[in-house]
Amino acid sequence: MDARLRREIEEEIRRDRRAFIKKVLGGALAGSLLLVIPAGALEVPEQLPGLRGQKGDFITGHKYAFVVDITRCIGCGSCCVADKNEYQVPDGYYRTWVERYIIDDLDNVYVDSPNGGLDGYQKPRTDIKGKVRDTFFVPKLCNMCEHPSCVQVCPVGATFQTRDGFVLIDYKRCVGCAYCIQACPYSVRFLNPKTKTADKCTWCYHRVRRGLLPACVNVCPVQARKFGDLADKNSEVYKLLHEPHVISVLKPDMGNKPSLHYLGLRREVV
Amino acid sequence: MHGLAETASGAVGYVFPNDLHVHWSLMIVLYPYITGIVAGAFIVSSLYHVFHVKALRPIARFSLLFALAFLACATLPLLNHLGHPERALNMMLTPSPSSAMAGFGYIYSAYAVVLLLEILFIYRPTLVRLAQTSTGWRRSLYGVLSLGSDNLSDEALALDRKIIAFLAGIGIPMACVLHGYVGFIFGGVKANPLWATPLMPVIFLLSACVSGIAGIILAYMVIKRGEVDMTCIRTCLKYLWGFFILDFVFEMLEVFSHAYMATHHWETLHTLLWGPLFNSYWVGQVLIFSVVPFFLLGVLSLVRLDDGMVRFLAPLVSLMILIQVLLMRWNVVIGGQLMSKSERGAVFFHPEWFEKEGIVPAIVIMVLPLVILYVLGKIFPFWLPAEEKRG
Repeated sequence: MDARLRREIEEEIRRDRRAFIKKVLGGALAGSLLLVIPAGALEVPEQLPGLRGQKGDFITGHKYAFVVDITRCIGCGSCCVADKNEYQVPDGYYRTWVERYIIDDLDNVYVDSPNGGLDGYQKPRTDIKGKVRDTFFVPKLCNMCEHPSCVQVCPVGATFQTRDGFVLIDYKRCVGCAYCIQACPYSVRFLNPKTKTADKCTWCYHRVRRGLLPACVNVCPVQARKFGDLADKNSEVYKLLHEPHVISVLKPDMGNKPSLHYLGLRREVV
Repeated sequence: MHGLAETASGAVGYVFPNDLHVHWSLMIVLYPYITGIVAGAFIVSSLYHVFHVKALRPIARFSLLFALAFLACATLPLLNHLGHPERALNMMLTPSPSSAMAGFGYIYSAYAVVLLLEILFIYRPTLVRLAQTSTGWRRSLYGVLSLGSDNLSDEALALDRKIIAFLAGIGIPMACVLHGYVGFIFGGVKANPLWATPLMPVIFLLSACVSGIAGIILAYMVIKRGEVDMTCIRTCLKYLWGFFILDFVFEMLEVFSHAYMATHHWETLHTLLWGPLFNSYWVGQVLIFSVVPFFLLGVLSLVRLDDGMVRFLAPLVSLMILIQVLLMRWNVVIGGQLMSKSERGAVFFHPEWFEKEGIVPAIVIMVLPLVILYVLGKIFPFWLPAEEKRG
């Protein structure tokens, strides 16, 4: 009796174990398949309408602009971190950075950007002589000039302007002469020590073509970075640029006509 | 560490984060220095061949070979600088017409062809004679170099003279274009207040003439030692003084104009010239290597010094002028990059010895033309034998 009962119990446990292993294996397989086969539910929603269906080399029917709202930026550095992650930017080189401006009542202007603002601004400056009159942060990135000096000077046409207004670099053509770096009035370019070519911010052209916002715009917690379509009269950038606002570009006397605009730009900003 | 851009050793004020790198370093200092010597040496030769300054006859042929030796190395610093030297020829195959840089390959090559042809035509009678008197591979080499013609009749030589006059004639504007253009590569960069001046090509061209003449005097006196033609040296020194007066005056005028106009750029330039560039500009380029040679050359040109004194002072002053031009190239090329485009700060820069574009590679590149000159001297006799009628 005892022996029979024990045998039955052991049989029951064995059956349960088998069933358990079967279920675990099945679940694991099904889960892995979900990761491999793209499911519609995982698709990232379109942030820039009307781009996913577009074919051809250039974007048509849209004109993109970038607006930085200086009055909103809090200097957290999230944009810089997002950018560094997106492009694996080597240390010491910056596709985008954030500057801290402090103006005291003696009209001294103090500017700094330690590590390009990547670590945020966690400590106040202690070397300010007068009483602080004004303080703000200025994010910097490619100005996407309408008349880009870098495109003008590139000896092989590796830096070029697309028909949709973006200034990009063909990394397979760039000879790495650095003439474009000398010519850029905004110092947004650098020689990438990994690729040995010129490099710079592209306003995340690869994301824009997929209907996504530039990485820095996407992560900005206070919407200080705005990206949108000037052909869309309902877009925020259109409204900002077509309504009365204190809005300007950097170094307008250079004649480069940047497509990057600054809301609330102070005259001290270079 | 970076391999391409060298990092500044320090900074004052606020510098844009990407401006902490000096992208054009020693190699781009050498590039205009070498092309300047090429253009200047050619001008010396042309003073004899085109403008018939008879006193320069002893060095008329040598200066062409001197120019060729440096021309052969003019692209080396550029190739060493490029991130992708294997794509260098794209500048000629698929040039971007709007680029101030894209024309260099064409101008350089065209000038090289003219220089080579001029050398071969000037040397043809010598080469024909050498082909007849030598044996073995040297005979074949001279046969090829004399362009396959051993005709030394009066008619043939008269035709040679016409060709030489034509080549030297077009060579002058080409040499001027070569170096004026190098000045424009810098002068056309509107984002850089130190570079962006229409005076830049003029200053580059004048300093090129100066460095070429000084290089020729120094090389001639070092190679020939006691046997130099003193009339030739004295004439060279007069030309050197003349070109140097123009060069130095324009260099000073450029800074003076900036200071006098005192636009917002002057503040940046002031920070630079009295900051990171003070020693190499005011002390080096201006005081020691411009003011001193300026007076030395004045004395050498105006006072009838005895030969021994000229033999001592001429190489010294030439060396000083060569250093002046090198410092000028440094102050323009490096200086221009030390000011940040933030208009609020500047960086300090010291080249490393063993970087890819450091001091050791720079020395190698500057010694190489002298090696090439030595080899050229084994093929083309530098100096005219006393009995030879033309050069």
